Amino acid sequence: MKRIRNTSKRIGSIQFAYMSPEEKRDLSATKIITPDTYDDDGFPVEMGLMDTHLGVIEPGLRCKACGGRVDECSGHFGHIELAMPVIHIGYVKEIKKLLRSTCSECGRLLLEEEQIKEYLERMSEMRRMGAGPIDIRYFAKDISKEARKNERCPHCRSEQRKIVLDKPSTFREEKTKLTPKEVRARLERIPDDDLWALGINPEVTRPEYMVLKVLLVPPVTVRPSITLESGDRSEDDLTHKLVDILRINQRLRENRDVGSPQLIVEDLWDLLQYHVTTYFDNQTSGIPPARHRSGRTLKTLIQRLKGKEGRFRQNLSGKRVNFSSRTVISPDPWLSINEVGVPIKAARELTVPLKVTPANIERSKELVENGPSPTKDGKYMAGATYMIRPDGRRIKVTETNSETVAEKIEPGFTIERGLQNGDIVLFNRQPSLHRMSMMAHEVKIVPGKTFRLNLAVCPPYNADFDGDEMNLHVLQSEEARAEAKVLMIVQEHILSPRFGGPIIGAIQDHISGLFFLTYNNPSFTRKEVVSIFSNLKTGRFPQAVEEDGERIWRGKDVFSYFLPEGFNIEFRASICEKCDECEKKGCEHDAYVVIEDGKLLAGTIDENAVSAFSGEIVDKIARDYGTDEARRFIDQVTKIALGVITLRGFTTTIEDEEIPEKAAEQIESVLRKAEKKVGHLVEAYKRGELEELPGRGQRETLEVKVMKELGKARDHAGQIASRHLGMSNNAVVMAKTGARASMLNLTQMAGAVGQQAIRGERPSRGYEERTLSHFKRKELGAKSKGFVRSSYKEGLDPLEYFFHSMGGREGLVDTAVRTSRSGYMQRRLINALEDLMVSNDGTVRNTADTIIQFMYGEDGIDPMRSKRGDALDMDDLIRDFKKRGDE
Amino acid sequence: MAKKDTINALIRRGLDEEIAEKLAEEGLLLGDVRSASKEDLTEYLSDEEAKEVVNKVGKKKKKKKKKKKKKKKKVDDEKLEEIYDDKFEGLDGTAKKIKELSESKGYHMSHSVIKRLSEGIDDHEISEDEYEDLLEMVNERLNNRKIDSKESVGIVGAQSIGEPGTQMTMRTFHHAGVAEIGVTQGLPRMIEIVDARKVPSTPSMEVHLEEEIKGDKEKAKKIASRLEITRLKEIADVEIDIAETCVTIKPDKGRMKKEDIDIGEIAKKLNKKRGIKGEVEREKDAIKISVEEGKFSLLYETVEESKETKIKGLKGVERGVIRKVNDEYVIYTEGSNLEDVLKMDGVDMEKTITNSPTEIYQVLGVEAARKSIIREAKDTLDEQGLEVDIRHIMLVADVMTNEGELNAIGRHGVSGRKTSVLARAAFEITSQHLLRAAILGEEDKLDGVAENVIVGQPITQGTGAVKVKYTNPSKKDD
Repeated sequence: MKRIRNTSKRIGSIQFAYMSPEEKRDLSATKIITPDTYDDDGFPVEMGLMDTHLGVIEPGLRCKACGGRVDECSGHFGHIELAMPVIHIGYVKEIKKLLRSTCSECGRLLLEEEQIKEYLERMSEMRRMGAGPIDIRYFAKDISKEARKNERCPHCRSEQRKIVLDKPSTFREEKTKLTPKEVRARLERIPDDDLWALGINPEVTRPEYMVLKVLLVPPVTVRPSITLESGDRSEDDLTHKLVDILRINQRLRENRDVGSPQLIVEDLWDLLQYHVTTYFDNQTSGIPPARHRSGRTLKTLIQRLKGKEGRFRQNLSGKRVNFSSRTVISPDPWLSINEVGVPIKAARELTVPLKVTPANIERSKELVENGPSPTKDGKYMAGATYMIRPDGRRIKVTETNSETVAEKIEPGFTIERGLQNGDIVLFNRQPSLHRMSMMAHEVKIVPGKTFRLNLAVCPPYNADFDGDEMNLHVLQSEEARAEAKVLMIVQEHILSPRFGGPIIGAIQDHISGLFFLTYNNPSFTRKEVVSIFSNLKTGRFPQAVEEDGERIWRGKDVFSYFLPEGFNIEFRASICEKCDECEKKGCEHDAYVVIEDGKLLAGTIDENAVSAFSGEIVDKIARDYGTDEARRFIDQVTKIALGVITLRGFTTTIEDEEIPEKAAEQIESVLRKAEKKVGHLVEAYKRGELEELPGRGQRETLEVKVMKELGKARDHAGQIASRHLGMSNNAVVMAKTGARASMLNLTQMAGAVGQQAIRGERPSRGYEERTLSHFKRKELGAKSKGFVRSSYKEGLDPLEYFFHSMGGREGLVDTAVRTSRSGYMQRRLINALEDLMVSNDGTVRNTADTIIQFMYGEDGIDPMRSKRGDALDMDDLIRDFKKRGDE
Repeated sequence: MAKKDTINALIRRGLDEEIAEKLAEEGLLLGDVRSASKEDLTEYLSDEEAKEVVNKVGKKKKKKKKKKKKKKKKVDDEKLEEIYDDKFEGLDGTAKKIKELSESKGYHMSHSVIKRLSEGIDDHEISEDEYEDLLEMVNERLNNRKIDSKESVGIVGAQSIGEPGTQMTMRTFHHAGVAEIGVTQGLPRMIEIVDARKVPSTPSMEVHLEEEIKGDKEKAKKIASRLEITRLKEIADVEIDIAETCVTIKPDKGRMKKEDIDIGEIAKKLNKKRGIKGEVEREKDAIKISVEEGKFSLLYETVEESKETKIKGLKGVERGVIRKVNDEYVIYTEGSNLEDVLKMDGVDMEKTITNSPTEIYQVLGVEAARKSIIREAKDTLDEQGLEVDIRHIMLVADVMTNEGELNAIGRHGVSGRKTSVLARAAFEITSQHLLRAAILGEEDKLDGVAENVIVGQPITQGTGAVKVKYTNPSKKDD
């Protein structure tokens, strides 16, 4: 069989139907009668379960049905003729419905002729209007409920008896058992015309097919037997089950034919029913699951399909791929955000197919000639690993045969070459929660064994370098590469569609670095600027100023150098103190950023300017100047920031949280006062004199008040501490600029850690009426309920440490529970919304072509292109408009 | 037996035993008596007696309610018109001008854009003759920011809501705005919203008062106390008297005054309560329920039943807390019963809201439910400090309400109603979907994402939705 390549044929649709015994026999390649699999020589037994008509799993053998070898023949079905019919376990409910709503004598639906006609008309109307299967099922259910009410058949006037289902698959009509044979006979009597009203499509099936006379046997390729190291054969679960069925089937047939007592035949019949049932579904409620000899339950048909590890979710909705690799990631600030560092080892292994044409035949020959792992001046060079002839034969290129292989190359051949700089690959980190979790990068070959990435792309991947691993996929077609380069390349994802702001931008030290570059506009000497700019491959420098006869560079000018021409923006920096009245340009904290015509006139560059999530400048450049400019800006600015911070040096120590003794005393007194106050509150509570908050009891009021009081004390202590922590303190710089940590973290280190909470309340459980045995029963004071008055710097005493661990544990449990819960929510959301698409007329529609929204988001604006959700940025618009007017 | 029941029922409604017996003797049932007019009853009773019966048992209360409803409805229509005008016609000067101008130019501008633009222009000085140029510029920008055709907005939307889910807290209880009322927050709340739960874990209402009384704290307190459910055990001591086989109820006078009820009312409520099978007698400061002698289990049942008897308030509303929000007293409740609150006097029907989208759907309809989903989801995300574009939330709300009813996101709702068999099978309950597809002869058209992934061919969104055909120009001739 020749494989069809490069065709754009599509499967148009898939029709589902339920097969009749005749169809099954027609489909079958052979009838299966013996429960044996292999003979003593290890060859498949004829008409056995491994019959070679069903396909082959061993190399060397040929399929008797089509003549194909192992990879050529995908297998064929066989069939088993069941001695007595059995009920298909998946359709018992359906059969119950049918038996109850049709006449036991004439098989008609138990409704008047006119009623049936009316229902049928409504049903066909519904189908014409495109009703879904669920609507049809519900309607059929209603009809059958209606029919069940008739105790006498309106057609043949025979009396109807009540039918009950004795789970899992025995039907009884007023205590007398209905054999599957009888059930089948009744179902046969239902006329085609009535079937639509019962939710069955007579064009594709008949109800009696739900009682099986013939059982299809899946191809051996579906249930391959494996040969263990010891040489023993181990059969698939399905084969085991089929063996059981065949055995019982044979015994049943023999017993029936010799006329054994009814009782024995019936027992065997039930046993056959059990085996067929468990063959379909081994988790049917009401019957014990069939087990392997070892006691493990068998995985039969439904178990194969169902659930997370089932065929659908494991193998069909997600598939394993070739041309991919995975390793640990590490940071590399010298790369562009668009690049990814690929270690040599991976680059040699991963390949790109190269189609040989008259235009590139010379280059192709050279590639192959160089062998699989060539080097140039000791450096990496892409090599060729395989040559593929048009007939599909793959020839491995080795050091020894490279020259002879190269000679054979002709146009039409394909060469698989290793990665080289500039190749487009997909890079991914799990969990893939949004589309930015998988972006296209350009390859840059690097030494070492890790993938490298620019730090600015950590936020979209949510990556850090504490051992994270990431996956890399090499694209195999020109079409895929083109799409990836246009749509998936990192720079196209600087703005997030989630909130219409940047998700790629400066982080951590980048922000601190830019702060030191711009805060209060420091001066840099020539030497310093050279050092900073050495990170950048640019020969040019920003404008210097003359001061005291020396050429110096001001920080803000250096930053302005990277801004695009004509760039205007105004906003508050992260270090803004939120004064009552904003001085704007004249801010004493240098916290109001003004950029006019690409010049930073005032303000400090920090989180609010360039960071991922809130960087205003990155945002505006990406929106107004395009993604190329934005990528350039991020690449350069982050490098400069690292240059500055390297030049200056940056560290933080426990001494950064050092506060004067006087301040410590103040904090001590604040805490003491608070504890005293809590004492008073407890006293008042004990006397029952607390003024109750609306809707709260005494106890609850006390808790609320104590929590409030202690919270206030912690904040106050923090305030006192932070008064002594100024901008000359690196830890404070990080917190204020938004580079890392927060002022709360610092005050917990310097001041007091504060109240520990379990489920939002003070810890209360542990011992009888007390948290720990170190306290008196019913004690309600601060200390005994988890108030940590020490700072992290001082260190916690054992009791405090204990309470702190309680809070810490809650956090851990919280994260563990959260990931699973939110994962499921996201799966459901994706599943519900995945088919929605904007159509050409601007409406949002689903696959049924139902309109979900007449205009996407009511205004048709792409959230990614919006300014944090707004279609227009008014200030921007007016400013640009005025400027255009001036010109 | 039936006669005896009727008598008891009538007595419980406050009729004399004598009259009740008379009516029952005539073969009348409770329903007959209730719907009977005074004239009908004079057949069996004296004029005076008939009047009493009608007053105590008759349906007059209902009539009153109907009238009230009608009055309110009229107001609604007027207000509705007003709202409509405001939104589509009565745009103020600038906005109107912008709208007319943009329409004449053939620009499509949404209402919100026009509104924002008009506000923006008012803030900045723009001369009259610049309008046209400005609008052109606005139009250009809007077009640049349009969503692309074939964009898979569904997946982007789902990811945008799901991704921040990992950053949300699990802490269920948090105090939003009102410290006294705990409201579910964070991830559990988000899940609850997309699940379209019948009853959220912490139902709550925000009851606003009508214009005239919204600044009146006393009135607000009164309404709040009318909302709150009050059970007998909260305002009275219920004691059991085994010797007499009766239950004595001694209401606390202070509480009664606070709750504004008198002992007669309590007796009435007890009379009406179904579970109480005994004779309710009113004494001076107490109520006595006597049970048949010797039946002690019944006696204990009666105690429990009477303790739980609802004296006043709305079903489901446990607590109401008054808060002042911008010169206006608002009642926040724990528990929700929107339908009944809206019927109450003094309640502003337009502003009063509950946090349960399902309840809003039942009371106000599907469009209101859609808005409620958007509001609740947005509030939940905002409270966690997570930025998510409102368009994504709107899409989820639109999907949930698309069929004209509230459908949950999940197998019982939207996902279970998909047209594609394979997509449904791949989500959950795989086998049933396949089995049913077979007998219905379903056809999977392979239009969606999941189906095409399963069969291994390109999906039909984005670049997969378009086909490019290229004819080599050199080969065109042959």
